[in-house]
Amino acid sequence: MGTTESSLVDTVRARPGLLLVAVLGGLLLVDLLAKLAGVSVGPIGGALSVDRFRSNLWSGLVIGLVIGLAGIGLSLTYSILSFANFSHGDLVSTGAFTGWGVAFLIAGFGDVPVRTLLSVRDAGSASPGDIGAHILTTPGAILVGLVAAFVVTAAVALALDRAFYKPMRDRDGISILIASIGAALIVRYLLQFVYGSDRRGITASVDASNLVFGPLGISIDAHELTIVVAALGLMLAMHFMLQRTKLGTAMRAMADNKDLALITGIPAERVVTATWIIGGGLAGASGYLYVLLRGTIQFDFGWLLLLLIFAAVILGGIGSVYGAIAGGLVIGVVFTTSTIWIPSDFNQAAAFAVMILMLLLRPEGLFGGVSTA
Amino acid sequence: MSDSDSRPAAAPDSALGALTDAARRSDLGLVLGTLAVIYAAATLLTATSGLNSVVGLLETLTFLGLVYALSALALNLQWGYTGLFNIGVAGFMAVGVYTMGMVVRSPDPAFGPPGLGLPLPVGILAGTGMAALIGAVAALPALRLKADYLAIVTLGLSEIIRLTLQSSAFDTFLRETIGVGTGGGRGMGMPDNPVRELFLVDGQAGTPTPFGDLVFGIFGDGGLGIAHPILIGWGYIGVLAVVLVGYYLLLERLGRSPFGRVLKAIREDEVVADSLGKNVNLVKIKVFVIGCALMGLAGILWFGSQGNVSPTPQFMPLLTFYVFIAVIIGGSGSNAGSVIGGLVFAAALFEGPRRVGGTVRGLIDAQTPPSFADALVSLDPVTLLAYATENIAPLQFVFLGLVLVFIIHRRPDGVLGDRIETAAAVDLSERPNGGEADE
Repeated sequence: MGTTESSLVDTVRARPGLLLVAVLGGLLLVDLLAKLAGVSVGPIGGALSVDRFRSNLWSGLVIGLVIGLAGIGLSLTYSILSFANFSHGDLVSTGAFTGWGVAFLIAGFGDVPVRTLLSVRDAGSASPGDIGAHILTTPGAILVGLVAAFVVTAAVALALDRAFYKPMRDRDGISILIASIGAALIVRYLLQFVYGSDRRGITASVDASNLVFGPLGISIDAHELTIVVAALGLMLAMHFMLQRTKLGTAMRAMADNKDLALITGIPAERVVTATWIIGGGLAGASGYLYVLLRGTIQFDFGWLLLLLIFAAVILGGIGSVYGAIAGGLVIGVVFTTSTIWIPSDFNQAAAFAVMILMLLLRPEGLFGGVSTA
Repeated sequence: MSDSDSRPAAAPDSALGALTDAARRSDLGLVLGTLAVIYAAATLLTATSGLNSVVGLLETLTFLGLVYALSALALNLQWGYTGLFNIGVAGFMAVGVYTMGMVVRSPDPAFGPPGLGLPLPVGILAGTGMAALIGAVAALPALRLKADYLAIVTLGLSEIIRLTLQSSAFDTFLRETIGVGTGGGRGMGMPDNPVRELFLVDGQAGTPTPFGDLVFGIFGDGGLGIAHPILIGWGYIGVLAVVLVGYYLLLERLGRSPFGRVLKAIREDEVVADSLGKNVNLVKIKVFVIGCALMGLAGILWFGSQGNVSPTPQFMPLLTFYVFIAVIIGGSGSNAGSVIGGLVFAAALFEGPRRVGGTVRGLIDAQTPPSFADALVSLDPVTLLAYATENIAPLQFVFLGLVLVFIIHRRPDGVLGDRIETAAAVDLSERPNGGEADE
């Protein structure tokens, strides 16, 4: 399967599927340009306002950042512990519930009973408006909630590791994968048991929630801006941690070649602990931000998000942290812009289809098998 | 993987020991023994509510046990024999059920989507065939991917199938092109169960056939007083049991054939099988086709007999994990284990906990608090127990997860794992003249 940098003809001959996808992608691009220009030639083209396309693209980027953030943890556990963690989606939910519990506690303390706040509106009858959590009115609560989501989820991830994954460190990836399905069931349904099963609103609505940047002529929803800033900040922190710190170097070494890393005296268990703290924490933070974006919460939303996160991680090359971020952005954009061509029932299916195509045509991912962080 | 410890070395010291030893050696004995234990426990649980509820619970447990056993057997061919980690079972079942429904439903129904109006056997064949076809498509990634990638791809495929069946756009598209529909998110009603017509003329309650009259006279209103739907359910269980025996014989035959040995060789070491001149890719495609066809048929027999199907509650990935747990309980690679795993899963993990929870809830004399937080602040263990037993469903899943993790930790080969199908045609751990051949 090794593609050498020889002539184009050879490449095409060796990878007919790739050619097909390239042609299809080219056609879609031409069609998109024709639609934007408002030209219509046969089946190609049509009408699509630039505004709608831009808003699709923007919301795709925002969702993509959240998915990419969640993907970092999945990618880390895959590269360092060598298994696909099916409980990752439920860590995302864990972060959302615990983080919003804390955010509510700060935003609504005194006005609303504590059990209503900490149970994220499962008990009692306070409406989101009564609690009034919004980045413009209660920025402190939202920020502390984000930190709480990170910390609590990291603790939960670590506890799951100690209880379930540590006893089977030397087992094969599939066995640990099955154990992670068990862990996923445990976490998801404990969340349902504690927080209830109904979907409910979280964020309060505020007048003039769009921030207008006069000179640039754009207006951005305050929550979307928060998500972009928080996600980019966490990703940058991740980048510096991996590249500049001793821990980051150790993690990259573990991901690259476990045996070699062990011989050189890297404390494997400490690196694994750090992996769970960082990966779990980022998953929790992304879940918290996802709820900020959607405005609603439900006990199994992280599980439903998991396949999209997997799609992102696979797209970027499973095991690569930067690939996960890039893959998240691609999946997010596919998710929102695919509605230009297909009914919106299928946008999730389109993202999965992109993932499957990627695995078939280029299993090493966009970034060519960089399994080192 | 195989060892000779399971064979009793010393003579049993009691009659009961002899009986259990005999049962342990015979697959049928094991299955019937498991069933007997389940029946006894279920009878104890409902004994106070009369014969009707005992027989009703036994019927539910047997039905679920049989359909899980069927699905587990199909999955065992792919995972246990060949090592293909397919977690898209729910998707293939949905394909089978929906194809059957679309082929058999009347072209002009009173409500719900139209179908082609063909006879039921044609529909069952079409559903099984379509599941096999989709299985062949799914096999393409199986040829190239590692096990964990294959898991994600098959899960993605089953979600694509579910989302497609759920989509109203797809429903409209099908109606406009070939004149059949899926019903979108509302689902579709399934054709009448022919077993029902064995008991009732045209399936109408109150007009029994001569055979129905006979059965109802002995067990129903005329005799033991068991409700008629339960008796009809037992009739359908007879059909399922026959199909289960068919699945078992087919898979046992397949497993012992040269083809079966290639499957096990691929599971143990794909490169070796390849270098010995076996066409690994072709074999994998065949396994996917056969396994998915069996899954499709199991789906038809299961959900096709349940009145209405709709994509979202019924064909979520959770269904796949249920079947997986059934296979893991029994020990992947063992057909008898899959059957026992299906029976045990349905009784002890799926239906059992909610029945026990309901019974315990009935014993507690306390108001159920509206939420966990309310139960917690009451600081009253009885209130907390009332909340827990009222909300037994999530706890049941937690229990399921714990069992799964426990089995993977402690008994990764399942209850019958010590009898996992060996790749060799004869048991290599056995001396040539040291006793009978491993049947």
